[in-house]
Amino acid sequence: MEVIAAQLFAGASIGSVLLLAALGLSLTFGQMGVINMAHGEFMMAGAYTAFVLRGLIGDPNISLPLALVVGFGVGGLLGLILHRSLLSRMHNRPLDTLLVTWGVALVLQQLARDIFGAPNVDVPAPTWLAGPITVFGIGFPKARVFIIVLAVAAVVGISLVLTRTALGRRIRAVSQNRDLAEVSGISSPRTDDLTFFIGSGIAGLAGVALTLLGSVGPTLGQNYIVDAFLVVVVGGLGRVKGAVIAAFGLGVLQAFVELSLGASLAKVLVLLAVVAFLQIRPQGLVTIRTRSLA
Amino acid sequence: MTAVPRRPIRATLALAAALTMGLSACGGAKVSADGTAAANNAASCVDTSGDSIKIGFLNSLSGTMAISEKTVNDSLNLAAEEINAGGGVLGKKLQVVTEDGASEPTKFAEKARKLITADCTAAVFGGWTSASRKAMLPVFEGANSLLFYPVQYEGLEASKNIFYSGATTNQQIIPALDYLREKGAKSLYLVGSDYVFPRTANKIITAYAKEHGMEIKGEEYAPLGHTDFSTIVGKVRSANADAVFNTLNGDSNVAFFKEYRNAGLTADTMPVMSVSIAEEEVGGIGVDNVQNQLVAWNYYETVDSPQNRTFVQAFKAKYGQNRVTSDPMEAAYTSLYLWKAMVEKAGAFDTAAIQNAADGVTFDAPEGKVTVNGQNHHIAKTARIGKINGTGLIDSVWTSPGPIDPDPYLTTYPWAKGLS
Repeated sequence: MEVIAAQLFAGASIGSVLLLAALGLSLTFGQMGVINMAHGEFMMAGAYTAFVLRGLIGDPNISLPLALVVGFGVGGLLGLILHRSLLSRMHNRPLDTLLVTWGVALVLQQLARDIFGAPNVDVPAPTWLAGPITVFGIGFPKARVFIIVLAVAAVVGISLVLTRTALGRRIRAVSQNRDLAEVSGISSPRTDDLTFFIGSGIAGLAGVALTLLGSVGPTLGQNYIVDAFLVVVVGGLGRVKGAVIAAFGLGVLQAFVELSLGASLAKVLVLLAVVAFLQIRPQGLVTIRTRSLA
Repeated sequence: MTAVPRRPIRATLALAAALTMGLSACGGAKVSADGTAAANNAASCVDTSGDSIKIGFLNSLSGTMAISEKTVNDSLNLAAEEINAGGGVLGKKLQVVTEDGASEPTKFAEKARKLITADCTAAVFGGWTSASRKAMLPVFEGANSLLFYPVQYEGLEASKNIFYSGATTNQQIIPALDYLREKGAKSLYLVGSDYVFPRTANKIITAYAKEHGMEIKGEEYAPLGHTDFSTIVGKVRSANADAVFNTLNGDSNVAFFKEYRNAGLTADTMPVMSVSIAEEEVGGIGVDNVQNQLVAWNYYETVDSPQNRTFVQAFKAKYGQNRVTSDPMEAAYTSLYLWKAMVEKAGAFDTAAIQNAADGVTFDAPEGKVTVNGQNHHIAKTARIGKINGTGLIDSVWTSPGPIDPDPYLTTYPWAKGLS
């Protein structure tokens, strides 16, 4: 029982990391049909934001909450620049965007290497996130609880924006039918910019959160980009609900397979499961039902 | 404009995934198929007539291993500079040819061949991963040239064309186990990256534990670059072993130690003995996360000897005060001086003369006196168990009484029979 609870928690934790990494990707991918390989590098930028702020402020208790806000802004700004300068010219040309953003990712990695040096840097965790919380004799690391809360907050936040605000209405309109939205007087380039800002901002946020768990180095984003794409594809393109289910599903699957068969085999089996799933349901878990012909 | 076309995107995504995975999956055991072809009869083209002699430095200056191998390259350059300032080798100045192994074993083989046949270097210094060494081995044997390899490794190898200046298992892993046993550890948990070094090391550890009545409570492997250690740390915690033996490599160490601390485990409750964390890595993991944990090497920046003070001072003067020196850097530095001593003893630069002269060649290295074993081409080294202190440096808490003779096949340990 204890083991099951611990693994469910581990699965939720892996899932929340995946979700934070994939959420923004899912948004931009769904709306504009661009594949952003530099999404991982926006996470890396968020992580380095946490590092820089901690250097400036000194006390991680204060710098981390601040980094969540600033990291969102830094990631978002990078996304906005990327979209304005390159990707806005390449909507619905996935292969071109794949190659271009791959190049951008390499440039950003090298930039980080030049600015911060090749070795990993350390971002100390705030004292209020050190150690575990013990519930019923099982220890749950506070840092992971925090990340789960953060992921849930991000999902709730995005859903609220999408369903309750004028911006959200515009985003949904543009991603469902761009032409009709434009005819109705929505500025689709502006909406695209904002979507990109929000999506990339979440990547920055994810990067800040990851400093609690892993290494901060120029290649941080590389470790997560593949898994993030898996979540997006399994979840269904551009569907927040699908991304949530896919992220937590893959997380729990990974955690339980790893428990019995080891980490290497777990990775293989999760990939196989994804391949098998896409054979049965190539459109992903959740799809948009629309009367448009495409 | 219509909505996103579905099919092409999925194909592109698959491509994207394949692309990134291919790139992140380096460090695997891809041994080059080429290399064996080079004929032994290819006469050496090394030019010994002028007043300089060419040597090759072959380290990864790009790719995932660059973080570590760049530091080795730095200390090799320092040694070359010092040797040249002291008059060179046999009166000839060293002329260094630098090549980038790019973290790819096949690239190492290709560049090694270039250094030997096109640049005509007298010897090559470098390599880090076992995969890179295994890829270069047939090249050096085929061309009958020499490689000096500076990193601790899993043993079970002794090529006459390679000199191993890092530790083999009986100079690192076995002293580490002796230390843990001496401190009263009766059970161990093994955590490692999923490739040749950790798996071989853990085989040796398991045989050792069986012989000495220690219990192995579990053995876990994570793929290289693995970032989520919640399950593994959870298992380690519930197994409640006396100590953890860690053979993880690279970034995974950061994730592992952060998780370890987040789970409330510390050096007091369950110490971790690591064999791949040196001064250079401690900064990236975060001192707080590894303070008081144990490591096993042959050299630390804090080693108190006149030779080491000179080495550390020279290194910091050349590369900056905030830089640290670590075991593989010291082993690389030492390897260049050992080559110099061998050449001077042989009175020649050619491979056969050096091989014949190698046995018994010594050097007062920063780690202490090292002696080349002419039989297996490893060197006698002092083993040191270290504890990571609050400033990120490592203090020796145990030092072997003298240099330990290298025994790459563990032939002097009856319990290790059948491992090789």
